[in-house]
Amino acid sequence: MASRMRIRAQLKEDYCEVKALMRHPMETGMRKDQSGAAIPANFIEDVQVLHNDAVVVQAYWGAAVSANPFLGVRFKGGAQGDVVKVVWRDNRGDSGSGETTIR
Amino acid sequence: MGNLDPLGLTRRGFMRVGVTLLAVAALPQKIWAAALRPETVFQTTTLEATFEALGGVPQVSDGIIFSTPDIAENGAVVPVRIEIDPSVLPDVSKLYVIVEKNPNPLAAVFQVPPNTQPYAETRVKVAQTGNLYAVAEANGELYMVQRETKVTLGGCGG
Repeated sequence: MASRMRIRAQLKEDYCEVKALMRHPMETGMRKDQSGAAIPANFIEDVQVLHNDAVVVQAYWGAAVSANPFLGVRFKGGAQGDVVKVVWRDNRGDSGSGETTIR
Repeated sequence: MGNLDPLGLTRRGFMRVGVTLLAVAALPQKIWAAALRPETVFQTTTLEATFEALGGVPQVSDGIIFSTPDIAENGAVVPVRIEIDPSVLPDVSKLYVIVEKNPNPLAAVFQVPPNTQPYAETRVKVAQTGNLYAVAEANGELYMVQRETKVTLGGCGG
């Protein structure tokens, strides 16, 4: 499973803004391929944003989140150079993550 | 033959025990998973059922700033943003994105601890023109804001 992720964490006035772009098909399980066979559901269920290993956002997603999902969140208490990580897990048990430092 | 065949009975009995054990073994994990991800809410198929599963129809609040496009050319990628005005709505711990006309209206939940701003940005699929709801939970109470998004191209395979 491709787990490449684009992630950026930037210090704003009084918060840190995290933006992440994951690579994932986010299949709903309701679509059919050209032969009419159902394409099995495959979507991210669980996303965590971590700041120095503390969870700052816990998200749960359904299949209605768009393919190659975008996530934007804001948390307080970040400092330049801190590690920010985004970790996801999908309904098939695959997972992926991305990491960056706050700038 | 059936009644007199001890092996058949034993096998059946054995299967019964096996199935029971399997069910028991599967139980704790299921409860654990349900406690984390709100599976029952994700599985609801109508807006009414979704609100009911959340704990009732939320009251309208202008402390929620919900940004969605008025017209989405492509229903597969509709950007949504939820911001909270803490002076109107303090202590928000959860944000929900709900798309009324989708097969399962609940699209996403964002849980934030006190030090995280109740803020979320993502992109969702919108099957057809209808209302989008941003729901915020603060101190066990539910608040919402609704916005209509017109979709010119459906989000589900269209």
